[in-house]
Amino acid sequence: MANPAPAAGGKSFLQAIATVTEEAPPPLRVVQMEGLAVLKIIKHCEEFAPALVTGQLLGLDVGSVLEVTNCFPFPTREDDEEADADGANYQLEMMRCLREVNVDNNTVGWYQSCLLGSFQTVELIETFMNYQENIRRCVCIVYDPSRSSQGVLALKALKLTDSFMELYRNNGLTGEKLREKKLSWVDIFEEIPIKVSNSALVSAFMKELEPESPVSQCDFDRLKLSTAPFMERNLEFMIGCMDALSSEQNKFQYYYRNLGRQQSQQQAWLQKRRQENMSRKAAGEEPLPEEDPSNPIFKPLPEPSRLEGYLVTNQISSYCNHINGVAGQNFNRLYLAKALQED
Amino acid sequence: MAETSARGGACQALLFPSSSSPSCARVEALVVFTICDSYVRRPDQADRVIGTLLGSVLPDGTVHVRNAYVVPHSESADQVALDIEYHHNMYVSHQKVNPKEVIVGWFSTGFGVSGGSTLIHEFYSREVQSPIHLTVDTGFTMGEASIKAYVSSNLSLGDRHLAAQFQEIPLDRKVLLSETVEFEMLKSVVVEKLPNDLEGMESSMQKLYALIDEIYKYVDDAVEGRVALDNKIGRFIADTVSSVPKLSPSAFERVFNDRIQDNLALVYLSSITRTQIAVAEKLNTAAQVL
Repeated sequence: MANPAPAAGGKSFLQAIATVTEEAPPPLRVVQMEGLAVLKIIKHCEEFAPALVTGQLLGLDVGSVLEVTNCFPFPTREDDEEADADGANYQLEMMRCLREVNVDNNTVGWYQSCLLGSFQTVELIETFMNYQENIRRCVCIVYDPSRSSQGVLALKALKLTDSFMELYRNNGLTGEKLREKKLSWVDIFEEIPIKVSNSALVSAFMKELEPESPVSQCDFDRLKLSTAPFMERNLEFMIGCMDALSSEQNKFQYYYRNLGRQQSQQQAWLQKRRQENMSRKAAGEEPLPEEDPSNPIFKPLPEPSRLEGYLVTNQISSYCNHINGVAGQNFNRLYLAKALQED
Repeated sequence: MAETSARGGACQALLFPSSSSPSCARVEALVVFTICDSYVRRPDQADRVIGTLLGSVLPDGTVHVRNAYVVPHSESADQVALDIEYHHNMYVSHQKVNPKEVIVGWFSTGFGVSGGSTLIHEFYSREVQSPIHLTVDTGFTMGEASIKAYVSSNLSLGDRHLAAQFQEIPLDRKVLLSETVEFEMLKSVVVEKLPNDLEGMESSMQKLYALIDEIYKYVDDAVEGRVALDNKIGRFIADTVSSVPKLSPSAFERVFNDRIQDNLALVYLSSITRTQIAVAEKLNTAAQVL
């Protein structure tokens, strides 16, 4: 009596296993970084700022959490083939060396520094796609050294959204496909919350070694009144982006104008052909085909990619966020200064 | 008598070079992190980890340790085998990234200098002139976290090498604190979320409030004679108060209003930009009716 039930249970269990393995991996919720990796990234990016640098992240992929336990910097790139091969060797060598001392030997992505949050580039997307081919789950950590002077730790974990990757792979970044998928510029990048963890040993050391100080440098930086240079540069970059955006828009207008012209030409041609066919019919001749692929007006016009425009829009949006955020803080600072004067 | 003077001479000769060798060490937080991490990840049977310190020597003789990497080694009762090839490979790799960071010494976990240390120190002396030796007590042997830096000098009598002496040098801990990072983040075991700029601002403001309250309380207490008066603190408070620039109310009002206007204009500009990109997106992706 009891037999069938466990059998059924066993079967469903097997089925369950089968379905679990087939199922898509759980979505990435959190990037958990070790303090060591955070410090290494900051050190590398700050030392070379304003030059932009990159490095590799090492860690583990645990369910919905991606652990970043270590990282190593890439040497500053030079644009020639030899350096490229050298870079690859360096990477392998470093991985081998780190494995030897029991560091997690799993690439989980890369990090890069950026200037004022302008990381949304085609290169980043290409790099991401490259990484994505080899590792199922990867993440890009972006650090902005220019914001550290304001006492802000500008560390972001990014990934491309699945829907965007699919479209990008199939070259589907045309107006129609984007409309179909309802993909807008907001849906290209996905920010993943970062969690910082430290080993108990490090935590104990830091607690012991660092006396509680009432204020730190970053408090001073945060309450500093002069933010004008930062704002100026943000605005400058934003204006540049606006120009880029309007030139993108011109491209599209040009495309649509051409498309319109082509279609009206096609219509005219078709009408002419039909009339001709009618007269041929009347004369008892075979009608000519209503399509003529050899005619240049039937050649489809290539539609420019929307990617550039979307990325520029993303950048503008991040500049807007910066400006809004810093302006908001400025109000606080100003009222604080006012209170000080009234005393 | 002659012997003592000879020994005195040796001592002189011994102390003399130490003035040109590192006088003080400065260690960055990253180094401590690296050492702790490598200790956590040490091989099964190993008692300690050792590795190379990278950094630079400042003109005043301070050794600034900025980076470190662990080097595999094996240790038995009377000998130490260091993976020299690994050390060199890693050093070359580090040099590619940052040629300014050179070998300045080596580290080991554990409390104080141990027997095998002289051999390793000798090896590093061949790599660099007067290396420093950093010990990090990961075992908390004395019940506290101790990080110590040493320089070594050879004790010799005539041509005869007697021993190596490790001398502790002061360690500047202030720079442990990386300026830019929220230090809280490094102290706790888990931080759920990085603070965004407004939250950071809020916490700084709160700290400021707490400090001001504290000073108020102190001044009140001092005025009413509840605490002993301290001229130093008094002067310090006076200096701080007088460091606020004096502006006439009208002048301040003008500056203040200008700045507020500027910021409002910026906020307005950024909102209008956002509207613009929202409209642009609609127009760009809308189906074109031809």
